[in-house]
Amino acid sequence: MTSPTVPRPPVRLERVVIRFAGDSGDGMQLAGDRLSADSAAFGNDLATRPDFPAEIRAPQGTVPGVSSFQVHFADYDILTPGDRPDVLVAMNPAALKANAADMPPGATVIVNTDEFTRRNLQRADYATSPLEDETLSGHVVHQVPMSSLTRGALADSGVSRKDAERAKNMFALGLIAWMYGRPTDGTETFLRRKFAARPEIAEANVTAFRAGWNYGETTEAFATTYEIAPASLPPGTYRQITGNTALALGLTAAGQRAGLPVLLGSYPITPASDILHELARHKEFGVLTLQAEDEIAGIGAALGAAFGGALGVTSTSGPGLALKSEILGLAVMTELPLVVIDVQRGGPSTGLPTKTEQSDLLQAMHGRNGEAPLPVIAPRSPGDCFDAALEAARIALAYRTPVLLLSDGALANGSEPWLVPEPDDLPDLRVEFATEPNSPDGSGAFWPYVRDESTLARPWAIPGTPGLEHRIGGLEKSDGPGGISYDSANHERMVRLRQAKIDGIDVPDIEVDDPDGRADVLVLGWGSTYGPIGAACRRVRARGLPVARTHLRHLRPFPGNLGAVLQAYRQVVVPEMNLGQLAGLLRAAYGVDVVSHSKVTGQPFGAEELADALVSVIKGESA
Amino acid sequence: MSTTELGMPGSHGLADVPLAEGPQTAKDYRSDQEVRWCPGCGDYAVLAAVQSFLPDLGLRRENIVFISGIGCSSRFPYYLDTYGIHSVHGRAPTLATGLAVTRPDLSVWVVTGDGDALSIGGNHLIHALRRNVNLKILLFNNRIYGLTKGQYSPTSEPGKVTKSTPLGSVDHPFNPVSLALGAEATFVARALDSDRAQLTEVLRAAADHRGTALVEIYQNCPVFNDGAFDAVKDPRERVQRIIPLRDGEPVRFGAEGEYGVTRDPRTGGLRVAPVAETGEDALVVHDAAAGDPTQAFALSRLDSGDHGPVVPVGVFRAARRPTYDDLVRQQAGRSGGDSTLRDLLRGRDAWTVEPHRRNTP
Repeated sequence: MTSPTVPRPPVRLERVVIRFAGDSGDGMQLAGDRLSADSAAFGNDLATRPDFPAEIRAPQGTVPGVSSFQVHFADYDILTPGDRPDVLVAMNPAALKANAADMPPGATVIVNTDEFTRRNLQRADYATSPLEDETLSGHVVHQVPMSSLTRGALADSGVSRKDAERAKNMFALGLIAWMYGRPTDGTETFLRRKFAARPEIAEANVTAFRAGWNYGETTEAFATTYEIAPASLPPGTYRQITGNTALALGLTAAGQRAGLPVLLGSYPITPASDILHELARHKEFGVLTLQAEDEIAGIGAALGAAFGGALGVTSTSGPGLALKSEILGLAVMTELPLVVIDVQRGGPSTGLPTKTEQSDLLQAMHGRNGEAPLPVIAPRSPGDCFDAALEAARIALAYRTPVLLLSDGALANGSEPWLVPEPDDLPDLRVEFATEPNSPDGSGAFWPYVRDESTLARPWAIPGTPGLEHRIGGLEKSDGPGGISYDSANHERMVRLRQAKIDGIDVPDIEVDDPDGRADVLVLGWGSTYGPIGAACRRVRARGLPVARTHLRHLRPFPGNLGAVLQAYRQVVVPEMNLGQLAGLLRAAYGVDVVSHSKVTGQPFGAEELADALVSVIKGESA
Repeated sequence: MSTTELGMPGSHGLADVPLAEGPQTAKDYRSDQEVRWCPGCGDYAVLAAVQSFLPDLGLRRENIVFISGIGCSSRFPYYLDTYGIHSVHGRAPTLATGLAVTRPDLSVWVVTGDGDALSIGGNHLIHALRRNVNLKILLFNNRIYGLTKGQYSPTSEPGKVTKSTPLGSVDHPFNPVSLALGAEATFVARALDSDRAQLTEVLRAAADHRGTALVEIYQNCPVFNDGAFDAVKDPRERVQRIIPLRDGEPVRFGAEGEYGVTRDPRTGGLRVAPVAETGEDALVVHDAAAGDPTQAFALSRLDSGDHGPVVPVGVFRAARRPTYDDLVRQQAGRSGGDSTLRDLLRGRDAWTVEPHRRNTP
C-alpha cells in the first residue's frame, strides 16, 4: 500500500517554455496547439513556434523527420516563443537528438522510453542510449513509457492497437497539463469535435489525455507542479490566432468594410496555403476563392476580378512571387487595386519551405521589369497580420495600386492571444467607382488616366458602367486620355507619375521606444523580428544599458520621419533574417551607415543572442 | 454602383447579361483608336465581323469585356468600344476567369493567337477549357509569330523554314481543335477569316453557349506566312477541301455533296470517301451536343488522307456541362448563414479578460 500523497503547493513561475518534439507522424503540432489554446483560455500571454520538416513523413525515427512545437506562456506580456525550452517532451531518440543542444542546464526532459529501442537509437545515430550515459547530466530526466501506458489505458476501449498508440501525444499533453495546472475542458471538447465522425477515436484520445494527467497526479516521480498566473492583458475579448488565420480574417473584414466582394486567386504553396484554406470557408462574407492552375493564374484571376470591381487578392511564398512578377507589373501599369501576400520562407529557389526567413524584401521592392514601384508593408506579429491586411487593402483601394504584404513562416504558423476588434471600429474602406465621363476638355469622354489631385490615383471605372467603356493594358498609355502612347516625353511623365503616386502614399511616422531617452543606439527592425527585438531590448535594459528601438510596418514608402530618426542616433542596428536587405535599402535611401545584424538559419532570432549582439554595439565592441 | 449580385445560372451564355435599350450598329463598337495591323491582315476581317455581329446580340455595350494577351491579334480590344484589357502574354484566360467568376452580368471574351494561347499560355488555355468558365476564346491561328517578325509557332507545319528554323522546323504542331477537345472543352468550333457568314454563325453559337467556348479562326498573315490557308480558300479548290459541319446532318461536302465522312474500321477513326462508294447510310451524322466527344475528336483529325487536305469547319462540339463560375456562385449562395463579422472574428474559442482580473504590475 502506498501512503496517501500529500499534495504539495504548486511552485509559482512567471513563465515557462515547453517544447514537444517527436516524429512527423506523432501529432506534436496538435499537442502544442492544444497546450497553447488551453493556456490562452487560462489567461496567460503566450507565443508559439511550430517547426516541422518539408517532408510530410520523413523517414520514421530519423533526425530529419523530427517535428516540434514550442509554447511560451507567462503571467506577463511576452514577445517571443522563447529561445530555449525549460521542458522538452521527446517522443523518441531522434527528437531528443534534434533538440538536446537547445536545452539550458537544469531543463526538464520527459522522454517516451518505449521508443528508445536499439533500432531507434541507431536511426538517431546514438551509439549508446542517452538515457544511460552522460548526455542528459545536468537535466532533470523523467522516463515515462508513454506508448505502453497509452495502450494500457485504452486496452478495453475497443480501438485498434495502432489507433491506441497514436493517442500517445494526448497522453503527453495530459501530463504537461497536470504539471502546469492547465484547464482540461477545452481540449476534451476539441477532441470530441475534431473526431465527431469517429466517436470511439474521440473517446480514446480523451482517455489518453486523462491518463497522462492521472499519471502525473499519482506517480511520485512528478513531485512538483507549477503555477503560472494569468497575465495582465488589457481587458476585452481574446482568441488565439495564427498569422495566416489573421491575414485571412483581415482580408474578409477588408471586403466587408469596403463593401466589395473579395476574390482570392491562389496556388497552394508552403507556408501560405492556410490563407487559401481559411478564406475558402467564408463565402457567406462575399469571399470567393479560386485555386488556380498556377501562381500566374492566381494573380491573373485576382487582377481580372479587380478590373470588375472586386478586392482582388493573391497569396503565395517567395518562389510564387517570382512567377507573379510579370502580372504584378501589369497591375502597376493598369493601376488597379490588388493585395499580394508573400509568406516568406527560406530561399533561394525551393530553399527551406517550412522555415522562416525575411527572404523577399528586395524581390518585393525590385523584382519587376522597368520602373515598377509598389507599396510594401509587413506585419510584426501573428495578430498584427489582421491589421496589416486591412492596411494593405486601404492603400490598394485608395491609391489603385498593387500592394505587397510580406509575412513570413514564423508569423504564419506562430500564434498568440489576439484582442478581437469590434467590426465597427475597423477602418472605413469604402470606395467610389467612377460613374461619369471625366475628360477635362468637356468632350464627354471618359479618360482612364486622369488622376485624383491628392492621391494621384486614377478612376476605378468598372464594366457595367455606361459611357465609361475604356481599354487598359501593359502598353504605355498617354497621360490623361489613356490611349496607347510611344511618345518619349509622355513615357517619362508617366514613369515619374507612377513613382510619385507611390512615394506620396500617406504613411504614419514611426515612433521610437526609448524609455529613458538617453540611448545612442537604435535598433530598427521590420516584420516578425518585432518580438525577438523587443525581448532583446528588455534584456539589454535590464543589464542597465540604454537602447532605443523602432519597427517598420511600411517599407515602401518609408515613413516621412525615418531619415531624421536614423540621423538622431550614433549607431543604428538592423537585425534581419537575411543578409541585410533592409540595411542596404536604408543606406541607399538615407546615406546612413547602419549596422546589419543578420541570421539565415531558418529560425527566428533568440532574445538572448540578439541582446548579446546589441550589447556589443552599445559598448562599441564590434559592429 | 454596388456589388454584383451572385445569382443562379441561366442556361444561355448571355442569360445574366443585361440587354441594350435601343438598336446598335457596328459603328457603336468602333473605338477612337487607329487600327494598326498590316495591310491585308486577316485580323481586319475578324474585327469587322465582330463589330457587325455584336449589335445583333443586343447587349448593353458596357457589359461586354474583351481581354487579350500579347501578339498581333491581342491588339483587338483597343479597337472595340467596349471595356477591355490588353494583358500579359498567354495569361488572358486567367484575368477573364477572375472577372467572369465575380461578374456574371458581363459577356467576357478572350482574343488570342496561336503563340499566345498554345505556346506561352497553353496551361491557362487547357484549364479554362476544362473548368468551363463562361467565357469565349477567339484563337486567331495564322501559324506564325507575327509581332516578333516571323518565327514558327506551335501550329506551324513541320519543316517550316523561318528565321529561327533555317533548316526547317522539327517541332510537331498542335491541332487546336483536337487539343481543346482533349482538354474537356464543351464548345469547340473552327472558322475562316475569309468567310464572314460562317464566322458570324460560329461566333453567335459561341456567345449562346454557357461555358468556355473556343473558336479557332484561320487567319492569314500576309507579311510572314502569306497563303498559309490557300488550299482551303482557293475558290475552285475550296469545295473539295472544306467540310462544313451541320448539327444533326450527315457529314458530306463537295460541289454536289459527292464526298462524305464515314467510319474507318481499320483505324477506328473517320475517313473521307466518295459517297458513291460508301452509300449515304454509311455517312456519320454530326452530333455537336453529344456527351461523348469521341466523334468530334475524330472529325478534328480529318486533315489529310487519300483525299488530300481537308478542313472541317463549324461547331465540332457544343455540349452542356455546369460552368465553373455558376458552381462557385451557387456554393457562395448556399453558404449564406446569419453569422456576422463579429462572430467570425471571435471564432469558437474566444475568452474574455475582465478589467478586475488585471494583475498588479
